Amino acid sequence: MTGAILLTLKLAGLTTLILLLVGTPLAWWLSRNRVWWKDLISAVVALPLVLPPTVLGFYLLLAMSPQNAFGAFLKAHFGIVLPFTFEGLVLGSVIYSLPFVVQPIRNAFEAVGRGPLEVAATLRASPLDRFLTVALPLARPGFLTAAVLGFAHTMGEFGVVLMIGGNLPGETKVLSIAIYDYVESLEWTQAHILSGGMLLGSFLLIFTMMLIEKRSGRLY
Amino acid sequence: MKPKQQLITVSAAIFSLLCLIRPAMADRVQAAVAANFTATAKEIAAGFEQATGHEVVLSFGSTGKLYTQIINGAPFDVFLAADAARPQKLVDSGEAVADSLFTYAVGQLVLWSNDENLIDAEGRVLKEKKLERLAIANPKTAPYGAAAVEALTAMGLWGEYETTAVRGDNIAQTYQMAYSGAVPAALVAHAQIALDDRGSGWMLPRELYSPIRQQAVLLTKSAHKEAAGAWIEYLQSEPVRAIIERYGYGLE
Repeated sequence: MTGAILLTLKLAGLTTLILLLVGTPLAWWLSRNRVWWKDLISAVVALPLVLPPTVLGFYLLLAMSPQNAFGAFLKAHFGIVLPFTFEGLVLGSVIYSLPFVVQPIRNAFEAVGRGPLEVAATLRASPLDRFLTVALPLARPGFLTAAVLGFAHTMGEFGVVLMIGGNLPGETKVLSIAIYDYVESLEWTQAHILSGGMLLGSFLLIFTMMLIEKRSGRLY
Repeated sequence: MKPKQQLITVSAAIFSLLCLIRPAMADRVQAAVAANFTATAKEIAAGFEQATGHEVVLSFGSTGKLYTQIINGAPFDVFLAADAARPQKLVDSGEAVADSLFTYAVGQLVLWSNDENLIDAEGRVLKEKKLERLAIANPKTAPYGAAAVEALTAMGLWGEYETTAVRGDNIAQTYQMAYSGAVPAALVAHAQIALDDRGSGWMLPRELYSPIRQQAVLLTKSAHKEAAGAWIEYLQSEPVRAIIERYGYGLE
């Protein structure tokens, strides 16, 4: 049982980290750029919000299968086989939780507006300097929301994992799958422990985030 | 007539018409069916509806999952399990009718791959531990998964595959994992591949695992006992037994 908890924390932590690294430049680009196809990219990023996890799971499974182009390429050149591995779950989670991280950061960047950045430019701050020392600090609350939502959403992932995970203890048997397994095999004591823990943990996470947001709202 | 009365009259007329369309005896059976029997059950259901006028609604899943649903009040009329243990437990707890219990099929375990050349007539690739990955059904909820563990243990291979074997939620998902090529091979039910020439397979010797006696039972809480009884009876008829055998099952 602790194995499933640790594995889930590892998956959610790693996914959040990758999403913050990938999501920040993406969110910045979405908030600044005015090219006509920006809305297309924006819609693609938001897609996992409305897509059934089974659709995502199905296409991921096909794409990752070593018998298809992408999976064969990974296997031939890097020796990586993604279906039913932890790495495969990380890839799936990154796609699945993408909008939950990109959207809050993008909103925060948009809220910063052009003013502070133009002021910084008049003071001869380079574009990178403006981004790192002006935009990023001002958008800090957005990053907090993004990290918490990305983390929590990955913790609760089920449908995608059911399809591309394969229920391997210590590798792909995350919390939600462990609970499902316990319920189906009538081991309800264990199911209660994990579910109760998730309920309490999720509540505390969201509650803490709201408190911090409230406080930082006063600060800025 | 006032508009309201008119509405009632029209509704009553439509209702009586609807009653005339279907024979008064026709009913609907809700059947919980073990996933390995999916294709077979669908074929049998079509014949049943033609023969009796009753309708049968099939729900598929692992035997363990369906069992959990039944004891938690799922509105099923009959249960077609992939083992004998769970129907017996339902009889013992009074949730199934004892004298309706019978073996409708005896299942067989097959090692299957969608690669034509992977598995030879002796299943050497499994025994020589050359499989990178192997899919089995979740042994806790799926009888075919339990049989797979039993067979692998008997061959002295479970130690090798225990940590790497991917577990499907039920035998249908397990087959899908190998079908899609996501895993090179899977231990599945013979019935799933019996009517398909694709890939390669090896039938596991029967002495490696306890017989998979798939039993069916009528549930006590059934609200459609007559139609459900007809379905149980139909399952034991000669033409249906022939269908079951065609799908690669044994019979008792």
